[in-house]
Amino acid sequence: MSKIELSLGPNFFNWSNEKLVDFYARIADEAPVERVYIGEVICGKRMPFNDKVWPEIYERLANAGKTVVFSTIALPVTVRDRKSISALSEDGELVEANDIAGVHKRSGQPFVGGPFLNIYNEQTAKVLMNLGMETFCPPVELPMKSVEAIAQALPDLTIELFAFGRLPLAVSGRCYHARAHKLHKDNCQFICDRDPDGMDVTTLDDQKFLAANGIQTLSHSVQAITMNRDELLTKGIGRLRLSPQDIDMIAVIEIYRDLVDGKIESAEAEARLQGLPLPGALANGYVTGKPGHLWQAD
Amino acid sequence: MLGQRNDNNPSLELVCPAGTPAALKAAAEAGAHSIYCGLRNETNARNFPGLNFSEKELNAGVRLAHKHGSHVLVAVNTFARAGDTHIWKRAVDAVAASGADAIIAADIAVLDYAKEKHPDLRLHLSVQAAAATPESISFYQDTFGVQRVVLPRVMSVEEIVKLNKEITVETEVFVFGGLCVMTEGRCALSSYATGKSPNLTGVCSPPGDVSYDEDGSNLYARLGGFTIDGFGEGETAGYPTLCKGRFKAEGETSYLFEDPVSLNAASLLPRLQKAGVTACKIEGRQRGKAYISQVVKAFRAAVDAMDAGGNAEEEVSAMLSAMTEGGRETTGAYKKIWR
Repeated sequence: MSKIELSLGPNFFNWSNEKLVDFYARIADEAPVERVYIGEVICGKRMPFNDKVWPEIYERLANAGKTVVFSTIALPVTVRDRKSISALSEDGELVEANDIAGVHKRSGQPFVGGPFLNIYNEQTAKVLMNLGMETFCPPVELPMKSVEAIAQALPDLTIELFAFGRLPLAVSGRCYHARAHKLHKDNCQFICDRDPDGMDVTTLDDQKFLAANGIQTLSHSVQAITMNRDELLTKGIGRLRLSPQDIDMIAVIEIYRDLVDGKIESAEAEARLQGLPLPGALANGYVTGKPGHLWQAD
Repeated sequence: MLGQRNDNNPSLELVCPAGTPAALKAAAEAGAHSIYCGLRNETNARNFPGLNFSEKELNAGVRLAHKHGSHVLVAVNTFARAGDTHIWKRAVDAVAASGADAIIAADIAVLDYAKEKHPDLRLHLSVQAAAATPESISFYQDTFGVQRVVLPRVMSVEEIVKLNKEITVETEVFVFGGLCVMTEGRCALSSYATGKSPNLTGVCSPPGDVSYDEDGSNLYARLGGFTIDGFGEGETAGYPTLCKGRFKAEGETSYLFEDPVSLNAASLLPRLQKAGVTACKIEGRQRGKAYISQVVKAFRAAVDAMDAGGNAEEEVSAMLSAMTEGGRETTGAYKKIWR
């Protein structure tokens, strides 16, 4: 493969239906990405609200020529969560499995192995390929050395690297938005909608550290993998995933489009990203197996 | 034999930790039904210096445990590193050769290898696999023949009751010791700060990345340079486990993720038994033999009391409270209010 594709990952945050519809309409009309992941992956309590707009968003994106993939919830707990995974997985359309339950329900039909699945080596990836995995988005902490080893062992598997956005670091049974606002998860008032990029979590000495998003914990920093086209091709990367943040994502996508098309080099991509009002500092430490918050240009 | 507890024999199986041969002996003598341990390398999720078993020690440990009537479950429960999966395969072979009663694994690569090469070896699904629904558990049962699942510490007792009605594999739950707040096997917080994590290297918030720095009368506990907690004069300084630190959010300072508490679900043992749970697990492979001996004896007394129709759990709870971190405890996610 000599072309590197781009995808827009699933949105992690509690955005209003109006905001979701507008956001994806702009993606459909203006964004040079081949693939878009949609659906609620973080909190089943948000589903009754945003379930209403996904069909319309799907249509809009598909009509614009995008490959649209439904992402399934990362930590299914309730019957509703489980049913949503079954319904999406049993359907013929391509889905992203973010919990092994989805893989099971897929019964051999093609699927994307999402970053919430624990795929750390070529043998695990191979077993899942035999079960239908066609694309693999590695867990964010997986070093490039391991990603390369998997790519080499399984040349038919498309590797989709989490290249931009706050890093999804953890999920929990507990809701940190509710806890921070002294509420209970069962009566959370959907207070996570106040933080469209996540709620800042800082250390006692005011260092920016993490971001909470309901039951999810993300990095405060923003992952930015900006290897140039040739480097990515050498390492066996087939697609870069850009994760939605509450900024001008079209601008982000255009920077990465220029990068993977070989029009700009890493330094220019970084400089252009730095020029955007990002929610945190750039980071790429995980790529080399270092702490994830580090930015190796420093 | 493992897994033979049923309506005629409804006792809870007590699964106890052993980080060293001495702890294994202590657990066996204290009446552990089962003892879990790991090999001395990165294949297990308690990969700390001075802990765990060589292959020779494992073989001897299995013999000793069997003499006392205890089963041995061996954790090969980290995720194999790409390009180095032979290390994990070798560990599976060693477990099979030792005569241990089961292997505890999370990685699909490890489960797949164990099933292919050692079809008679009993497979338990590690908590690190984070399988909490009938669908995900069935995947591991149908694909690899897993016979028991260790449940993530994010489920309430009510949810465990429902789950056990929908699945046919045994369930094992944590009842005492350290408490992960995040879903195990789904947490990269430690590697974000230090580059090392449970899934990558079998450690969380590793000591080598910890520093204690004084600033005036305050002491700051840091992990990978990030301040995880601060202590004023007279306050006891705790270990900076990332998810148990004090942070600022929404203008307030708090233990945002979890207080520095440990799990004690001793009071819930009867409810867990009624929920259809097969085995109760005590965390703490990093603990010394004296601790192991005391905790195992207390829980064994509780299980025996329950078998005899008694109700000893509150007494046991009191016996154990002095031994937990800072004496502070929680029943965790088992009670829904935790969320």
